[in-house]
Amino acid sequence: MTLTTSRRNFLIGAGASATALVIGLKASGALAATPEAAAAAETSFTPFVRISAEGKITAVIKHFEMGQGTTTGLTSLIAEELNADLQDVDVAFAPSNNDLYKNLAMGMQGTGGSTAMANSYQQYRRAGAAAREMLIAAAAEKWNVSAADLTLSDGVISGAGKSAPIADFVTAAAEMPVPAEPKLKDPSDFRIIGKTGIRRRDTSGKINGTAQFGMDLHLPGQIIVAVLHAPRTGAKVASFDASGAEEVAGFIEAKAKQDNSGVFVYATDTWSAFQAREALSVEWNFDAAESRGTDDIRAEMMTMVNSDPEFTVKADLSQQEAADALASADQVIEAEFWFPNLAHAAMEPLNCTISPREDGGIILHDGCQFPALVHPTIAGVLNLDPSKVEIRTLLAGGSFGRRANAESDYNVEAALAYALTDRTKPVKMVWSREDDVRGGYYRPAFAHKVRVGLDASGTIVAWDHRIAGQSIAKGTMFENFMVHEGVDHTSVEGIPDTPYAIPGLHVGLTDSKPLSKVLWWRSVGNTHTAYVMETMLDMVAKAAGQDPVDYRLKLLAGGTADQNRLAGVLREVADKSGWSNKAPEGHARGVAVHKSFGSYVAEIVEVSGTVEDGVKIEKVTCAVDCGIVINPDVVIAQMEGGIGYGIGHVMRNAITFDGGEVVQSNFYDYEPLRMPDIAAIDVHIVASTDEPTGVGEPGVPPSGPALANAIAGLGKRVTHLPMVENGVTFL
Amino acid sequence: MTKFTINGTEHAFEGDPYMPLLWYLRDFAQMTGTKFGCGVGSCGACTVHLDGEPVRSCQTFMSDIEGSSITTIEGLESKASKAVQQAWDEMNVVQCGYCQSGQIMQAVGLLVSNPKPELSEIDEYMAGNACRCATYQRIRGAIVRASELMEA
Ligand code: FES
Ligand code: FES
Repeated sequence: MTLTTSRRNFLIGAGASATALVIGLKASGALAATPEAAAAAETSFTPFVRISAEGKITAVIKHFEMGQGTTTGLTSLIAEELNADLQDVDVAFAPSNNDLYKNLAMGMQGTGGSTAMANSYQQYRRAGAAAREMLIAAAAEKWNVSAADLTLSDGVISGAGKSAPIADFVTAAAEMPVPAEPKLKDPSDFRIIGKTGIRRRDTSGKINGTAQFGMDLHLPGQIIVAVLHAPRTGAKVASFDASGAEEVAGFIEAKAKQDNSGVFVYATDTWSAFQAREALSVEWNFDAAESRGTDDIRAEMMTMVNSDPEFTVKADLSQQEAADALASADQVIEAEFWFPNLAHAAMEPLNCTISPREDGGIILHDGCQFPALVHPTIAGVLNLDPSKVEIRTLLAGGSFGRRANAESDYNVEAALAYALTDRTKPVKMVWSREDDVRGGYYRPAFAHKVRVGLDASGTIVAWDHRIAGQSIAKGTMFENFMVHEGVDHTSVEGIPDTPYAIPGLHVGLTDSKPLSKVLWWRSVGNTHTAYVMETMLDMVAKAAGQDPVDYRLKLLAGGTADQNRLAGVLREVADKSGWSNKAPEGHARGVAVHKSFGSYVAEIVEVSGTVEDGVKIEKVTCAVDCGIVINPDVVIAQMEGGIGYGIGHVMRNAITFDGGEVVQSNFYDYEPLRMPDIAAIDVHIVASTDEPTGVGEPGVPPSGPALANAIAGLGKRVTHLPMVENGVTFL
Repeated sequence: MTKFTINGTEHAFEGDPYMPLLWYLRDFAQMTGTKFGCGVGSCGACTVHLDGEPVRSCQTFMSDIEGSSITTIEGLESKASKAVQQAWDEMNVVQCGYCQSGQIMQAVGLLVSNPKPELSEIDEYMAGNACRCATYQRIRGAIVRASELMEA
């Protein structure tokens, strides 16, 4: 039961034609096929492909689309095995059902960690291949010929002198035995997987205005709710006066949130809701409110990285041995780093709609990233049996991690707003950009201090790395599996597990209490750890008088798979960017390479200009190894996007607090990357036969340090972000 | 009573004269192709054409549009529009897609006034249209491609 998400392209469910053949997996992992009615009744069956009696093929997509290309990628797998044109296969989002649509990497239904392709590649191909074999078997039986003589292509089965559309065989195919191990197409026969020039499956609605995002839903009789949020974490509504709001034509009523952390403002339309919110006057109780500022926690965290760490993460050498090794080293390179909080600020401000069902249940309409988590949470908030809650997935105007969090915060807020109504009308909660920027769940702030000892030949003898940061897992339901022996792995990922052969590595971590909620943010801990590792390595290579690419390659010469693949992308990016040739007069280049989410990405940034009068980012060259590539253009697009996202924030973004209040509020003070900021991006894919790995996030981590290393070549080494707060200006 | 046309159809509005056109389009006319991104003129997601010129509908009051003709993403028909949409499709520009209505309206505005823009002119004209997915490189390329398509 999904709904029409783009009026032209994505349709499924009741309105479409009857489905005759549904193929998917049983809970055991075995392939199964069943007619539609049986599929509905069978709870342990996961449909991946449906074929109607008219021969229309639909791919059932278990991950949501936030722009990362999932609908294109997963539909490609079905289309490939059925030899169909990608544009002829319909797309439907799967309903929320945790048992059915588990993300194999996460153990629950959800999208994140760049796992969509990795965990679905075999499932979807097997389902598509089984459908093909069953259709062909049905045709072979009807024509009384051998299945081996028949082929299926573009919706037509032909061979043995005969030819007919698959519609003729769908019903009979549903009765055929399901192949336990259908034969997957040989890669040499691929016409979609790995091919260039394949058009995205979600373009048309997004270029003609018909694509439906959560924000676009308009249900009959709907009420809009805007939320006046507490200005600081922990502040409570003492009292409020809505008499000013009464002047606003569409205003309906205002009610304090159940926990007094804000006021819900109900209106007939969005503008009225915003205007009425503006007109409220609220007395806040700040007794239990956060009152620290970013300056306070920054000073505290800088002290932490200059003290003994709370947790030992890795100790090739003990703290004392590391200190001794540094004391006797020929040179010690040291630096302190600061990473501010960052907002995700996806283009679509957060919103969702809750509408009543006739049986007293509700439907949540949302670009929902973690349906498995949201489903029971919303049921709990509304005191409903989970069977009375349905989630309809709409397109999401970006996420970058924000839509997925342990508390399902904005979904819960909408449910709370709905709970205060008489539950007879749909309630659409709309956040403004200001709500979105100030709404917490930020990339945690981090401080690092690193001291690296070198011997006379420039070889590393000790690496003492101290981190202070805000754990995204502690105190949440994810703590149990993300925190081990006190260490939130996402606070340190990319350092203790670095593929570089760094002798004498000592890594320590100290936790700092955040000023508001913190959360994963596109590429999570790698956003800061890669910056530190890769800028330190540049400083070390320089101190050793060696080329930064060569220096890294030496640390990657150990022959492990990780090292080989990292070295592979590093060589490729050096080659494609012309690294061995001197940069043009007035230009400088910087390199960085990092593994995250199973993928290996190297980037070289070329800049020109001066730090004082303006730096121009001339070009970013990128090489990526993400295993088998389903759609090269989607991979390239994700690298381009990751590079832009990473670089834009490193250049000029920070969320700061003053007296517990967020200082920034909209794009004028949380300025996004703009078109003129990066003149060109050039992405190269390194061929691989390994299983497909993520692409949504891995483009981000190397981009910041590659830019920093390039700007260091213009004379300024930036270790405290963002760059604009260090006297760096950009053209 | 404010009278105007949207995509050639006549409309009349009698409410708050200071309501931005954006909310008339989205909530009253239920034409949701025009997006709400920032509400303060900083992102361009809400771009429409007012008498042929790209404007930010979040900064355009209802009182400003008396007698005007508005074109939205749903009403694009011109040669430049078709070229832009085709180029967007060919070059796989979209990611999440939320900014793209505004990008397309702005790009059409550029090509109508300047059918063969230099890269620097593209950058300058498009600088007010934010894309958090950072599809800029492809937008730039697609505008160049659309310019070629218009010549054909
Ligand atoms: S919504 Fe109008 S410019 Fe952002
Ligand atoms: S495509 Fe996502 S904001 Fe532009």
